[in-house]
Amino acid sequence: MQLTVWTYEGPPHMGAIRIAASMQGVHCVLHAPQGDSYADLLFTMIARSAKRPPVTYTSFQARDLGADTAELVRKTLRETVERFQPRALLVGEACTGELLQDQPAALAQGMGFDCPVVPLELPAFTRKEHWGASETFHQLVRTLLRGQQPRTLDPVAEGRRPRANLLGATALGFRCRDDIAEVTKLLDSAGVDVNLSAPAGASPEDLLRIPEADFNVCLYPEIAQSTCVWLERMFKQPWVKTVPIGVGATRDFLIEVGEVAGIDTSAAIAAGRTRLPWFSRSVDSTYLTGKRVFIFGDASHVIAAARIATEELGFEVVGLGSYSREFARELRAAAERHGVEALISDDYLEVEAAVLELAPELVLGTQMERHIAKRAGIPCAVISSPVHVQDFPARYAPQMGFEGANVIFDTWVHPLMMGLEEHLITMFREDEEFNDEAVASHLGSGKLTAASADTAPGPATTAEPTTSADGMGADAAPAWEPEAERELKKIPFFVRGKARRNTERYAAERGVARITVETLYDAKAYFGR
Amino acid sequence: MTDMRSRSQAKASPACAANGLGAGIGDQGAGQLSAGQLGAGDLAGNLQVQHEQGQRQVFCGLAGIVWLHRKIQDAFFLVVGSRTCAHLLQSAAGVMIFAEPRFATAVLGDRDLAGLADCNEELDRVVTELLARRPDIGTLFLVASCPSEVIKLDLENAAERLARAQQGRVRVLAYSGSGLDTTFTQGEDTCLSALVPVLPEAAAGSDALLVLGTLPDVVEDQFRRLFEALGIPSLHFLPPRRGSELPPVGPGTRLLAAQPFVGDTAAALIDRGATLIAAPYPFGIEGTRAWIGVAAEAFGISAERVEAVTAPAAKRAAVGLERYRAQLAGKRISFLPDSQLEIPLARFLQRECGMELVEVGVPYLDRRMMGAELDWLPAALRLTEGQDLERQLDRLRADRPDLTVCGLGLANPLEAEGLTTKWSIELVFSPVHGFDQAADLAELFVRPLNRRERLAF
Repeated sequence: MQLTVWTYEGPPHMGAIRIAASMQGVHCVLHAPQGDSYADLLFTMIARSAKRPPVTYTSFQARDLGADTAELVRKTLRETVERFQPRALLVGEACTGELLQDQPAALAQGMGFDCPVVPLELPAFTRKEHWGASETFHQLVRTLLRGQQPRTLDPVAEGRRPRANLLGATALGFRCRDDIAEVTKLLDSAGVDVNLSAPAGASPEDLLRIPEADFNVCLYPEIAQSTCVWLERMFKQPWVKTVPIGVGATRDFLIEVGEVAGIDTSAAIAAGRTRLPWFSRSVDSTYLTGKRVFIFGDASHVIAAARIATEELGFEVVGLGSYSREFARELRAAAERHGVEALISDDYLEVEAAVLELAPELVLGTQMERHIAKRAGIPCAVISSPVHVQDFPARYAPQMGFEGANVIFDTWVHPLMMGLEEHLITMFREDEEFNDEAVASHLGSGKLTAASADTAPGPATTAEPTTSADGMGADAAPAWEPEAERELKKIPFFVRGKARRNTERYAAERGVARITVETLYDAKAYFGR
Repeated sequence: MTDMRSRSQAKASPACAANGLGAGIGDQGAGQLSAGQLGAGDLAGNLQVQHEQGQRQVFCGLAGIVWLHRKIQDAFFLVVGSRTCAHLLQSAAGVMIFAEPRFATAVLGDRDLAGLADCNEELDRVVTELLARRPDIGTLFLVASCPSEVIKLDLENAAERLARAQQGRVRVLAYSGSGLDTTFTQGEDTCLSALVPVLPEAAAGSDALLVLGTLPDVVEDQFRRLFEALGIPSLHFLPPRRGSELPPVGPGTRLLAAQPFVGDTAAALIDRGATLIAAPYPFGIEGTRAWIGVAAEAFGISAERVEAVTAPAAKRAAVGLERYRAQLAGKRISFLPDSQLEIPLARFLQRECGMELVEVGVPYLDRRMMGAELDWLPAALRLTEGQDLERQLDRLRADRPDLTVCGLGLANPLEAEGLTTKWSIELVFSPVHGFDQAADLAELFVRPLNRRERLAF
């Protein structure tokens, strides 16, 4: 048993759902208890998908356990295939389904469906979300490409530009939507076409075309590395290993693309436009020098962030770690380059202890490090999943490529500016505009102006007569009964000021001298929200 | 994220919905949709109830922790379960940033399942670690989950053992929030049921009113004032704001349920001598007036007195409600099953706001807790208990109501199909009970309709 305050990854079946939800024409059936359908919310709410993820849950309850749960699986499979007519079917179990041992994948394979059935072995008590996604993608590709032979491809002889597959982008992946667009642009500038992107946006038919590419680009190793390795073995497709996050890494990526595709990419590197180098060189950034930063997240984003932090922003990396145990070796090598020891752990409390001990000036991490940073009062920016709704933005916000570097500069420096404000607030506490009243947790700075905060003094401490917004004299302002004042405090701070003004106006207009709780609610009913 | 394919990609294969405009949720297949068939039903009061079984799109009872940890300020909720349980909790609550969270999961590993580790020893270790870290915890709830139930881990025994080991410094209780046993708000019912045995015994001959079910603080205070004005001798709320302030219970205790989903807790309190006051729920003016009236009657308080005390609040509630009634009257509404608030809310919207009920789905129907409400519903109502998700959505698409009340897993996809939705979880997370929230409650349903009118595209 592990005490888990926050988990960095979901269970492995969450990874399987992500693959299905990334694709077209793929449906996933999960043997899972009632309630596990919460997973749909991550797609419909956090990523704001306009479609339900293509998942059907058996939704068994306690009363089903005495009966034939295997029959429930068969019924669910039958109805799902009939209704959705998927062109590939993924079948697996959630953790509780695994304990029942109904073998849903074997059942599905015996039911004679005319679409490929991909059985998923997802050990829920030993593995996690990224492993589940990687395994599901790998099994799906293997199943679909079974029997295909390697091609002999030669772009020059065929009179065409080299073609690449972009592998690893998924639904709920951190900034995958815009990374794909950015890398596609980058490859185009180097004279390379994209054959397909998978799993995101691909259908089973698209996956059949994987061997038509000259090479693969492994954008997200946590999801696609095992598939790239397998494709290299089976189809002789080389793959690009550099993850293009940061200016230096993007240039290295283009160099590697040139080597793998046998083309000259130096012109594309020279033409690459990014503002990060100048922004980082300008004197305004001098105060960033040597800022102590702690980095945590998935392996790829951490390794990339550490390089940007030191080489491109001039920070000092004082700690670095990841929950991606599968990439422990790469992480240790990266940590060694920065002269620190890698923290490889999925234990939030261990990460918290490390941050509290190191006391960095900036934390670059996941949604979970925001909790730690809040507790420790340290500025924080998000560089990796797990993330919440605010990190699936409407605007174009890649991490990869030259535009990604611009986004990263702004994102990482922003909380530090906020941090400076916080210092000023600590030094000068009585400022009217900058005070520590009711700070929104995700903003990390006092954003409330005196106008919206309810800063009116209590009845006992009235020293200065105030004039309210509508020009009513203070002598006409009705007084608040202590109980009404207390009742007002129960109204959320962001509407409290308005409620106070409305009530006073209501009382004044009716010649009410003392505002009671009843007056407050009378006014509320009169004005509405 | 169906729009991940880059627009600049040269060789796009079958297009995917780029922005959700016109993207349906039933279009993942060829969509051979037959209208959902409902089986034969049975009667509840004057109503025909239809039963459905199949895929369910509901939360499990663990979701109750999201509001219970705010209500009971010195309590900590430790789920004993899998990574799925931890993931659910943080997906629901993790958008807030917690310096000091009041819930966590003891995640079972393969060693626990294989019997290589003694689950009870492991649990003791985890709880000791937790209590060392958080000395401020007064009540610790061990919350069972699907995995812990399937492997038959006895958390009740563990709770007793741990309480002994803590020598009374911390109260340790156990309840189940598993999806096998509980749906969404039932997690509050099972939690409160666990508190019942440790409630102090009421003094003999005492007459007290116990209001049951989590209410927002401001609503609780309003009700407190009303009941005090009526002259109710003694008044308590369950759950309390702190685990150290448990209300007493005994033969003189009259129970008044403020929430429809606390049936098991009510039964447990009845076993301790309390009497249940059968009443509708305090939603809207009519519901609140009846709820208070029935309680007052149980204490021998005259109808005139009730009228005198409630009239000012009821009168201003009518003023506040009038504004929204105009916008809701004649509109058709369907409820998908979620929290068991569906029936009282449907009653309020139909009787006080003039809405037309198309289908009212409930996760399950507790007839004892719902009796007074059922009498107020129209006899021809299509009332469904349980869910077969895809068939229910077929019916919804055929009905095309003006407003659909549903969970967050369905809201955006239905919006993309052109249906206006009101996400149901907000009804559990907003002050909606009582006179002074009647207008706010109506406004929650007006808002999505209003918004749809305001937006240009």
